[in-house]
Order: sequence, then structure tokens, then C-alpha cells
Amino acid sequence: MALKTEEMVLNMGPQHPSTHGVLRLELQLDGEIIKDVVPHIGYLHRCFEKHCEAMTYPQVIPYTDRMDYLASMYNEFGYAVAMERLLKIEVPERVEYIRVIMGELQRIASHLVAIGTYGADIGAFTPFLFCFRDRERILHLFEITCGARLLYNYIWIGGLSHDLHPDFIRLTKEFIKDFRPNVIELNELLSYNRIFIERTANVGVLPLETAINYGVSGPNLRASGMKWDLRKDDPYSVYHKFDYDIPVGKGDKGKVGDCWDRYYVRVLEMEESLKIIEQAIEQIPEGDIASAIPKRIKPPEGQIYTRVENPRGELGYFIISDGSLNPARVKVRAPSFVTMQVFPELCKGFMVADVVAILGSVDIVLGEIDR
Amino acid sequence: MRDYIYNFWQGLYTILVGMKVTLRHVFIPAVTIQYPSVKPQMPERERNRLYVNMDDCIGCDQCARACPVNCIEIETVKSIPGEDLGTTSNGKKKALWVTTFNIDFAKCCYCQLCVFPCPTECIYMTDVYEFSEFQRESLLYDFVTLLPEERIQKKKNYEELQAKKEAEKIAAAKKAAEEKAAAQANKPAEPKPDNKEENKQ
Amino acid sequence: MMYDWLYNLTGSELLAMFIVSLLPLFVFILPFALLAVLAERKVSAHMQDRLGPMRTGYHGILQTVADIIKLLQKEDLVPTATDKMLFNLAPLLTFVGSYAAFAVIPFSGFFIGTKIDLGIIFIVGITGLVVAGILMAGWASNNKYSLLGAMRSAAQIISYEIPTLLIILTIVMMTGTLSLYDLSEMQTAYFWNWLILGGPAIGIQKILLIPLMMMGCLIIYTSTLAEVNRTPFDIPEAESELVSGYHTEYSGMKFAMFFLAEYANMFAVSAIVAIMFFGGYQSPFGYLGNTLGWNWLVPIEQFSWFTAKGVFFVLVQMWLRWTLPRFRVDQLMAFCWKYLIPFSFVILLLVGLISLM
Repeated sequence: MALKTEEMVLNMGPQHPSTHGVLRLELQLDGEIIKDVVPHIGYLHRCFEKHCEAMTYPQVIPYTDRMDYLASMYNEFGYAVAMERLLKIEVPERVEYIRVIMGELQRIASHLVAIGTYGADIGAFTPFLFCFRDRERILHLFEITCGARLLYNYIWIGGLSHDLHPDFIRLTKEFIKDFRPNVIELNELLSYNRIFIERTANVGVLPLETAINYGVSGPNLRASGMKWDLRKDDPYSVYHKFDYDIPVGKGDKGKVGDCWDRYYVRVLEMEESLKIIEQAIEQIPEGDIASAIPKRIKPPEGQIYTRVENPRGELGYFIISDGSLNPARVKVRAPSFVTMQVFPELCKGFMVADVVAILGSVDIVLGEIDR
Repeated sequence: MRDYIYNFWQGLYTILVGMKVTLRHVFIPAVTIQYPSVKPQMPERERNRLYVNMDDCIGCDQCARACPVNCIEIETVKSIPGEDLGTTSNGKKKALWVTTFNIDFAKCCYCQLCVFPCPTECIYMTDVYEFSEFQRESLLYDFVTLLPEERIQKKKNYEELQAKKEAEKIAAAKKAAEEKAAAQANKPAEPKPDNKEENKQ
Repeated sequence: MMYDWLYNLTGSELLAMFIVSLLPLFVFILPFALLAVLAERKVSAHMQDRLGPMRTGYHGILQTVADIIKLLQKEDLVPTATDKMLFNLAPLLTFVGSYAAFAVIPFSGFFIGTKIDLGIIFIVGITGLVVAGILMAGWASNNKYSLLGAMRSAAQIISYEIPTLLIILTIVMMTGTLSLYDLSEMQTAYFWNWLILGGPAIGIQKILLIPLMMMGCLIIYTSTLAEVNRTPFDIPEAESELVSGYHTEYSGMKFAMFFLAEYANMFAVSAIVAIMFFGGYQSPFGYLGNTLGWNWLVPIEQFSWFTAKGVFFVLVQMWLRWTLPRFRVDQLMAFCWKYLIPFSFVILLLVGLISLM
């Protein structure tokens, strides 16, 4: 007589220490092996896109901050680039350089959160605190420039709200000097640790074909082997003036495109961002940061789609203007939303403990998914 | 077999390396401060609670319009001629009584967009960040320095002035109409083409 | 021994027995558990560049007292759809299983709870009660997550008892005694008589035994780490996956019992490793009391050496917890069955051969 078995439905509910935000995952399990994962999103929906239709163009910027709250500078950057292309205004060089410096610092801060919380999910509690200690220094840099630590309202259409603080360059140089040994220490403690490698290598493999078919971008795509980075392939602002490398996952510890690759690509990207910041600090010209900010922003009728390289992938802004002071439609293509679509594919066939590892490695932010 | 030994050795080695890192950190002094007894130094540009200096406010409504969440509520009343409201600190002469200036800090998102358009720099962000209240209504701050009776008084003054002006206007219009009727009565009947022109106009 | 001394002092068997059995519990283990909770928080804080509890007492010394008072005054929640008797009994079993092991551990040459001949086997047996307690807790909580956690914990503890027993067998084979008291007495004089350095054997046997003993110490330390559910083996309490595993549904004093039982267990297994390999309560250099002629000083010194060794191993356990990530369940099992057990068998074989020489 055959043994009757049933599939169990386990709910990793909206309140769970390891889902990064309010995400509900419905797991259909057969013992410990996962048969299917159904993500339920929408718990953080704040009607961002509808709200923008009632705001004037400069007033949208505090709202874009709050979408992906861990990488606010980049959201503002994308919106500013989109609006400047729509209005066809040229910003001064100094503004571009400062935007790049802030963007790359924000990239390091966002990757530190991703790495730290990933370690905490796997069980190593100490790298989490080390990452946050370094992130505090970056947030201090932001605080002396624009006054806020997380939601900046700094990159405006046509310029910036404040110029760099006189101490900024000196403190940034000190930060870079102190940060490089910390990355080495992080690698010793977490990346090359045998137990961590056992947990993450060969788990959640994302083949390159699948990644391209689903539209995945950013570090997740680069970990699957493809060298695609919007800063080099579709350049915006002054990224073409810097010399940096694009780290790609090579399958060092397992298959190409597994969790370890996705995690390690982020560690390597932090180092590349440090290179960009150093070059930008050398090359930054003098200038006025507010000269190109228009008094009233009333773009001609038309629409535009621009994309920038968020720390999580390709962030796209589609703006339709109907000639008035308020936009007619602002649509955001959030990279984490696309990554959630490929998540069930990644989890099939693995165990419950691996769901947490895979979710941490794709690095989603619910604010971006739900907007 | 070689993989087996290699795995075991690598496991042991990386664990020992990790332990060395953690041990080194035991002797590094802490990077945290003991918050309520020691407060961190706030940088000069930081954005915390707003403050409005009512002596400088000219009631132009720019800050309320710039706010993305509509947390500033301003009502103004025109002054009657002969009243002296004083000048702001950069020399402008004030012409409006500001009777309502409420900022709801439960809504404020601390984005600083209201600080930039102000022509007299009377609204600015201070360094106060510990202002929690037990009730949500206590976060509605009222910055106007006039007493409630004075506010009602100013409004009444203006309304009286308006009423007086209305009355004068009506009286003047009535007088003009009477004069016109009197002038009409004195003159003989006009030829038709003039009427046609008046009709066209 | 202590019992005789108290009997002579009080003249009553019952009173002497009573005091001897309560002494380790109240004078040593409970204060130790309180201090171990605080030590864990302070050690983890200093490893993470922060300070830990600082406000209760001087630098946070009274923190655990505050925690215990908080847990005592909490509401004792019992979910409705549970098996009430099992729910209430589970923390008790876990607590008893951990604390009863201290009956046979020699704290010094003068004091041991009961001097039975089967010391080690008694400990292994009585800590099996902990498994029963955990399974009962997981089942009676009526919670899928708790059940998962309890199942994993039971599998883990039962599997990791095997390498523990094999190494214990090795030591027994080498020394010929099961009693912990005799084991400690055998490692007298200086530290080169300690079993980790070959024990009382002489000549070529001792040199050959050293690497095997070191390996054995490492194996037993790791497998007892798994027995007490500490990271990297803390799947049952994995905070980020199962939200506290088998003790999710417990609140108040019952939770405190699980909590304190874990720290007492930690000390018990550290004590066992110290006794078996590092000389128990013997000092590595000889006794001050002996050199000065004050015989009453010797038991006190032995007690402090024993405590120092036990606390050192507990600190190493905490150090490991805050450095390493967690194993996955199948990797944990693979580690035990594919790595630890073959090595323990090889060590058993080799030590047996060497002892015959």
C-alpha cells in the first residue's frame, strides 16, 4: 500500500525577521523540499505614481526618495536625468561630478546593507554590525552635505540643493582609507568562511538565459556571467570619464549564478565604487551648482523614458508631460519588482532554509516593489 | 579522498581566521555613544524641526505652496491704511496681517522645500529633534504671535473697511446715477444714431 | 570528602546529604547561569565594537537580575489548542536534564556530589532527558514552526551523541575508569600529565598519543557544541528562519527555564571537556597550599582552577557563536555522519593499538 503524503503550505508571513520588508511568501513544501513559491506583495503600496500627478515637478523629488529608501540618491538621480533630458537643459560639470560621488557613496551604503543583512540571515551576526558601522560614516558624509541621513531631497532638477561642505573631501578621503582594510576583514570573516560557502554555493542558481528572458538586471545579472552595466553600456552623466571595471560572477565556489556569486559581485562592486569616487575627487571642477535650476518647471508636451543603474539593477523613469506644472504620468520601472518575478524559479527544488538564503542574495527592497 | 581532506582542512582554517578577526575586535574601543547622557554633535545644515520667525513673515504663501504634503496652513488679512506693521529684517515693509500659520509636524516630511522660496528667510530648520508628544493633536504648531482676540479684531477691521468701501462705492454709484438722470432730464431727446452707437457699445 | 566533613559537623546524615546536593545548584550553577547571560552579551558587544548593557548596575552587572525579574512578572501564556500537560512539563524536563548532570562532576578534590563509579555514563544518560523535553515543547506548542524546530533538534542531538560517546570510549579505554573523580585524580602533578598531552603513559606511547588526543578533544568539543544547540549548530533556535524554534510559544518563567538550562548545559559540557582532557581541577604547576604547608588552601585552589577552565571553554563557545554562520540541517547531519564519526572511529582504533603497546 503506497504511503499517502500531502503537500504542506507554509506561510512566511508579512511579519518575519528575514523577509526584507513586508513580503508574504507562500511556500508549498513536500517535506523540506519546495515545490512552489507564491510571493504576495502590496503591503507597502503608497500610491506613489498617482501622487506624483498632483505634485509639481520639484515636489516629486521627496517622493522618489521614499521608493527605494536604501538608495535614495539614485532614485533622485534617475528622476533628475529624466527631467533634464525632457527639458533639454545642460547642468554644470561640477554638478555632474558631485552627483556621481553621491551616487557611488550611496551604492556602497546600499551594498553594505545587503551584505550585512545577508550575513545576519545566514546566522553570522557580527559582519552585520561591522557593515553598519561603516555605513554610519557614509551617512555622516551625507548628513553634513544636505542635512539628512536617509531621505535626502538633494539632487534637484537642473542642479543640487546645497554645495559640498568644506570638510567633505577630507572626510571622504579618510573614509576611503579606512574602508579598504574593512573590506578585506569582511572577506576573511564572511565571504571565504567554509560554512558560509556551504550555505550559499550551488544554491539558487540563475542561468544566464533565464535571467535575460525575465529582464533581470544589475548585480543579479552580472553574477550570472553577463558583463552588462548601464554606466558603461548606456552612459549618462559623466561616467564615461572614469576608469573602472565591471565585476562578473565566475562560479568560483560553485556554479555560475549561485547565491555566493551574487553576494561576491556586490563585495567587488564596492571596491569599484571606491575607485570611481577617488577619481571623481581628483577631477572635480569648480563651478556654481544652482545656475541651471529653472525658476518654474513647465516642460513642453512629450514623454521620455530614461534608465540608470540603481544598486539593485536598472531603474527606469517614464514621464509623460502635458505642458502643465504637474506631470501627467510618472511610471517607475523598479528592478526589485522584476527580480521578484524570477524568485519562484530560483527556489524550486531547494529546502526551506535555502529560501532565506536566496531571498537575501537577490537583495530586494519592498519600497521599490510596491511603490 | 583528496577532496575530503581538503574540505576538512579548509573548514578548520577559515574558522580559525574568522576567530582571529573577532578576537582582534574585542580590543578595539567601542564606536557607539551612550545616547541620553551623551548627545551627538549635529552638523550645521541638518534638517530637524522647523521654526518660523513671525516678525519677518510677510505672508507671501510661497512656503505653503512649495510643501509637497500640504502641512503648512496660512491665512492672511489685509491691513487697513494707516496701520504700521513694521518692516522685516531685510528692509521690506509688511502689508499683511498673518492670522493663521499652522504647521502640522505629523505630516511634515522634513524635506526643506519650504525654506528655499522664503524671501525673508524667516522659516528655517532648527536642531531640535526630540519633540515627541503623547497626542497627535499636540503636533499641530501655531506660530502666529497675535492673541486670538487680536486676530478676530484684525479681521473685523478689514471687513469693516471693506464694508465701508462698499457702502461708499454704492453711495458714489447712486450719486452718479442720480446726476446722470438729472443731466438726462435737462437735455432734450437725442437723435437716433447716437442711441445706435450706444447700443453697439 | 565534603559529605563526611558535613556529617561530622552536623551529626545528621539527612542534613549533610541535603546540603551536599543543593550546594552545587545554588552556590555555583545558578549564579553562573546569571553571569553567563551577562557575559554573553558583553562579549558579543565587544566583538562587535559596541558596549552592551551599561545602565543596570555598574557597566550592566545587574542586567540578568533585571531580566529574571521581568520574566517572573510576565503573564504565563498557554495557547488554547495545546496539550496542556506536555506544554507545562517540557521546560521542567529540559531544566532537570541539564542540572542533574552536575551531581557527578568533581568541583575539587574535596567536593563531589555523589561518587559513583559510572560518572560519564550517568551524564550521557541524563542529558538525554533534554531531547525528550525539546520534543515535548515542539509538539505541544501546536505550531508548525515549533514542530519543525523540535524535530531538527532531536535529530541533531541524537546524531551528535555518537561522536561524543566514541571519544568518551577512547578515554575510558586508555585510562580504564568511568568515574570522573578517578579521571581527575589520574592527572595529578604537572600539566604534562594531562590527558591531552598523553596522560600518565610514558615514552613513545605518549608522543604518539598527543596528536590523537588533540584531535579527539576537538571532536568532542564540536559534538558537545551541537548537543547544547549553539551556533554554528543552532538550527532549533534559528532566529531568522523559525522565529525561535521550539520555544516560540513560551513566555515568562518557562522561557527562563529553557534559557537558564541552555547556559547550565554549556558549563556542563565545558566541564566534561576540561575534566577529560585538561586535568579537571588539577593545577598545571602544583599547589600554593602544598608549598606553604596550608592544607586547607588546596581544595580552594582546585576549585578555582576548575572554574577557570570551565569558564574559558564557555568563553570559547561564545566566541564561536559570534563568528560563525549557521549550518543547514542536511549539512549538519552530513558533517556528523561523514566527518566526525569516521574520525572518531579511526581515533578509537589507533588509541586502542597504542595502548596495547
